[in-house]
Formats: sequence, structure tokens, C-alpha cells
Amino acid sequence: MTLDLIISALVTVVGISTPILLAATGELVVEKSGVLNLGVEGMMLIGAVTGFAVTFTTFNPYLGVLAAAAAGAASSMVFAVLVLTFGANQVATGLALAILGIGLSTLIGAGFVGIIVIPFSSIFPDFLARDPIWRLVFGHSPLVYFALFMVFATYWFLNSTRAGLVLRAVGENDASAHSIGYSVIGIRYAAIGFGGAMAGVAGSYFSMVITPMWAEQMTAGRGWIALALVVFAGWKPIRLWLGAYFFGILMTLELYAKASGFSFLPSQFWASMPYLMAIFVLAVISARERTGSEAPACLGKPFMPTD
Amino acid sequence: MRIRFEKRPEPSKFMQAITPIAAIALTMIIGALLFDALGYDGQRTIKEFFLTPILASYKWQDVATKAAPLIIIALGLSLGNQAKIWNIGAEGQYIVGALAGAGVAYLTPAVESHIILVLMLIAGVAGGAVWAAIPAFLRARFRVSEVLTSLMLVYVALQLMGWLINGPWKDPQGHNFPQTAAFNDWQILPRAIPGTYIPPGLVFAIVLTGIFWVVIKRSIYGFDVRVSGAAPHAARYGGFDSARTIWSTLLISGGMAGLAGILEATSQLGQINLGFPSGYGFTAIIASFLGRLNPIGIFIAGFVLAITSVGGQVAQTAVHVPSSAGGIFQALMLFLILAGDVLVRYRLRIQRAAKAGASV
Repeated sequence: MTLDLIISALVTVVGISTPILLAATGELVVEKSGVLNLGVEGMMLIGAVTGFAVTFTTFNPYLGVLAAAAAGAASSMVFAVLVLTFGANQVATGLALAILGIGLSTLIGAGFVGIIVIPFSSIFPDFLARDPIWRLVFGHSPLVYFALFMVFATYWFLNSTRAGLVLRAVGENDASAHSIGYSVIGIRYAAIGFGGAMAGVAGSYFSMVITPMWAEQMTAGRGWIALALVVFAGWKPIRLWLGAYFFGILMTLELYAKASGFSFLPSQFWASMPYLMAIFVLAVISARERTGSEAPACLGKPFMPTD
Repeated sequence: MRIRFEKRPEPSKFMQAITPIAAIALTMIIGALLFDALGYDGQRTIKEFFLTPILASYKWQDVATKAAPLIIIALGLSLGNQAKIWNIGAEGQYIVGALAGAGVAYLTPAVESHIILVLMLIAGVAGGAVWAAIPAFLRARFRVSEVLTSLMLVYVALQLMGWLINGPWKDPQGHNFPQTAAFNDWQILPRAIPGTYIPPGLVFAIVLTGIFWVVIKRSIYGFDVRVSGAAPHAARYGGFDSARTIWSTLLISGGMAGLAGILEATSQLGQINLGFPSGYGFTAIIASFLGRLNPIGIFIAGFVLAITSVGGQVAQTAVHVPSSAGGIFQALMLFLILAGDVLVRYRLRIQRAAKAGASV
């Protein structure tokens, strides 16, 4: 009985943290390249509505996820053109992308409200997930495994590949990377596109797995949590993975506090915990450092090549 | 042939004036095409969004009501944006300001004096400023980016509001709705001119626009702020204190957002309920950019954005576009104004391919 409860809580934690892990993994790569894209929430919503619409019309959830990734990447290109080619302010442009995504997804999704698709859940045969402990391993949507794969792939890419090294160099010192012949702008376009695709997939998790339907603003601010998670993790993929579960536990506590109707603290307290923790950790890591911060040195600074 | 940007020695005054107008015009064109592509009547949608609120006199009151908080918040934000201090959590400060003012009302139900209104407004300003003081402290003391902290606090403010109106401040006679008790007659700000519908916030917006114009254009403080954004090294050399800029811009913008919040609560809603958070804090960021961080520009931009949000409601009934689609126009405007910025600072040069390598 208690084991069942623990297992089902753990399954909830893994599930609830998956979309923020997906989006944050993408954003981590974007920020490592020196760009701050605040539009995650908007890209997630565009991914959510696209993934749902394509799954509904084709009956193929894999196509749905692919379409969500493509839509997320496409919307991120609007941001990329402005901040990279036009050198626009990243904070304001990212915010505009978030607002655009909220509006556009509402508009596109107007015709899909009230429809349900088959949830994109476990792909393993039922008998594997029958035992409670094995359910923890085999009982998830394919997107959960994809998120895990991507976070480790990102770790490997950033730390063990040449391309990853170049990407980090662009984020740490754009002028030097430019002067030794790397295309700062080109690399940042690629990073932003990757971040957009990941945010799109993260959004599709809401409309295809958590609640297999479309509702306005269904991502409910999780895009902003993903941004907090990147900072929380100090721009490190493995810490990002653990941090996602930590945030997942906080969000699960909120759900349980709400569902049981009884907790020693109001449910709103738990709901604000991820944000308060992010602020707290941000202050702690900034206070502890003597030289500079863990953030990529060029984060948020526009770069205009002078030829 | 390729296009490149060449830095202007000085920002172009002409481009600065023309790009916001061009951005609005282009927004209409792109918007019409977009809505056509999505299967709506694009031209009619644009007409309902942008023209009906101007042409139909019964909509003017709505426009003014929505413009006032946008202008008040955006004025506050314009100072920080000039100093490159990014307060994107005005929505949270707006909520906490309203809560602080409502708290004063909640604690003094028996006081029958207009003093209480003054106290509510002061509490509103203080509440917003306190909420903005958190990112200010973290930025000035630990160099934590104010972008994320101010934003995170929006969500904390929403939860704080949810807790108060579901818990300690819940109206016992409210049929279990999550809302505070209605303000009494002494706690409600009357119309600016009795008998008309001019919202009191508009008077504040007009007066504050004047004050901000003087502060930004004519005071040493305004000069400090502009210099510390444009040339931080020069500012430090000139003896301007960056911590002071961080604190002052964030506290002022927080206080202004808090003022807008309590004004909205006491003159429009007459209580705090779930419908209170309205996104003004985010839209005001667009207003400050669309107005080019200039107080008079912001005053006009506040009205333009208010027109699109009233237009959203018109279009919803007239052409069945979801009203939140208004966000699309606001975002497009911001995108275009930011893209236009490049023309203020850079000149477009079109080069022939053969020469491209030659000129450096």
C-alpha cells in the first residue's frame, strides 16, 4: 500500500518533470551559445497545439511530436532573426516571442478545444509495467526516455565534441571565436533552433501525454520554470537533470496538497516553491563565486560582426 | 549583392520617430495576411481591432480605462530600460501593490474618511516597491540577474494573491468565491470628473507623464540613468553609482506598477478577485518600447495598445477571433519596433558581390 503510493508519486515526479527537462535542455544549449531566449513558454504552447493538431489529424503521435519540434524551431527563428541579424535586445524580443506564442496558439487551437486524442503513453507491453517497481522503469511515455537521452547527449555534446567546444567558446567569448574564423551568428542560429525544437517537444508533452487535449495556455507557466531550472543547474546538464526532479518533487507536493485538501501549509506555498527555490539558489551561487559567475560570459549580449 | 549594416555615428532622430509608426502600419498588414491565412476575414479583423475602438465613441471609456495602467507602469519601466536594468516582473509588483492597498482597506472597515484612500494608494506604491526591492537587492548585492528574479516573483505574487483571497482575506459573504469583501464607499476612488466615465487613473497617467518628462529630460538623475545605460564605463568614471541606479530604477518601476495595481482595484473592480491579474505588467513593457522610452511617446503607445486590447474584445464578437489573439498584434508590434531599432543605430548598405570583399 505505502509502496504503491511511493511508486505512483515517483511516476508522477518523473512525468511532471519531463517537459521542463526537455525545454530546459534546449534552453541550456541556447544560453551556452550566449543567447538568452525568454520565449520558452510561447514556443512550448506552439509545440503543444501543433503536436495535438497533427496527432489528431494523422493518428500518429510520432508525427505529432516531430511537427511540434518543427513548429517550435520555426517560431524560434523569428526570435533568431531579430536578435542575431538585427541585433535586437534579447530580453524584449524573447518576451515578445512568449506573448506571440500565447496568442498564436490560442488562435490555432480555437478549433481543437474539447477534442481528446489517445494519450501518447507507454510503448512497452503491459506485463512489463504491471509490477509496481518495473512500472517505474517501463511505465512512461516515449518522451520521458527521449528527455533522458537528450540530457545525456547534450552533456556529451558540450563536453566531448569539438562542435560543443566551439559552441561554448562562442558563448564565452564571441569576439575571439569570431576572430579565429567561427561563425558566431551561424552557431547561434543553430543553437536557437535546437532550443525551439526542444521547447516544441516539451509543449507536446502537455497536449499529448499529461492531458491528451488542447486548452488555452495549458503549459501554465512551466516555460518560465524551465528558464529558472537552467540557472538553478548552473548551466550544467547533469545538474539540470537532477534539478528537474527536484522541481518535479515540489510540483508533485503541490498536486498532492491540492488533491488531499489538507496539508500543513497552503497549496499556494508549494506552487510558489519552485520559483522561490530558483531565486534562492541564484543568490547563493552568485554570492559564493569570487570571479565572475557560472553563466556564459556573453549571455544576453548582442553580437554584430564588423567584418 | 549583399546587405550589410553600417554603424551610424549618432542614432538617427528621423528613424527614431518614424519606426514606431511604421511598426504599427506593418503590424496591420502582416496581421491581415495572417488572419486571412488562418481562415478569418483578415481585413475585417484589422478594422475591428484597430478602428472600431477609435470610431465608436462608446468604446472610448474602455480604451482610456485600459490605457491608464499601461501608461503608468510603462513610465516606471522606461527609466530602468534606459539604464539597461530589466524589470520584467511589473505584473507581480502590480498585484502586490493592489494587495497591499486592499490590505489597508481590509484592516480599516470602520474608518469613514477619505484619508483611507490616500493610505491605500501609498500602500499600493509601497507594496509594488517592496516586491521590486527583492530583485534590486539581489542584483546590487550579489549581482543576480534581475531579469529572472523579477519574473519568478510574478508567479510568487500570483500564489500570494491566490492564498489571500482563498484564505485570510476571503469574503465571508462571497458565496465561497475566491475574492475579498467589496471595498466600502470610503475606499473607492471616484470618477475623475463626477458624472463622466473618465477613469481616475487617466488623471494620474497625465500628471505622471509630465513629471517623468521633466525627470528624464531635465534632471541630473535622468541624465545619470541615460548615461549608465548607454556608456556604463563613462558613467562609473563620472562618479555615478551603479548600485544607486539599480535600486532607484527598480524601486520607481515597482512603485509605479503598485500604484497602477491599487488604482485598478479601487476604481475598477472594488475588490480583489481571481480576474484581477490582467497582464498589464507585461503589455506595459511593449508600451515602453513602442513609446521609445520617451514619456510622451509612452503616453501615445499606451493608447495604441489599449486600442488593440479593446479591439480584441470587439473582434471576438464581430469576427469570432479569440480575444487573446490581441496578444499577436502586440507581439508583432514589439518585434517590428525592435527590428526597427537596427535602423536607428545602423545604416543599410547594399553592396555588389564583387566589391563585398574589398571594403572593410
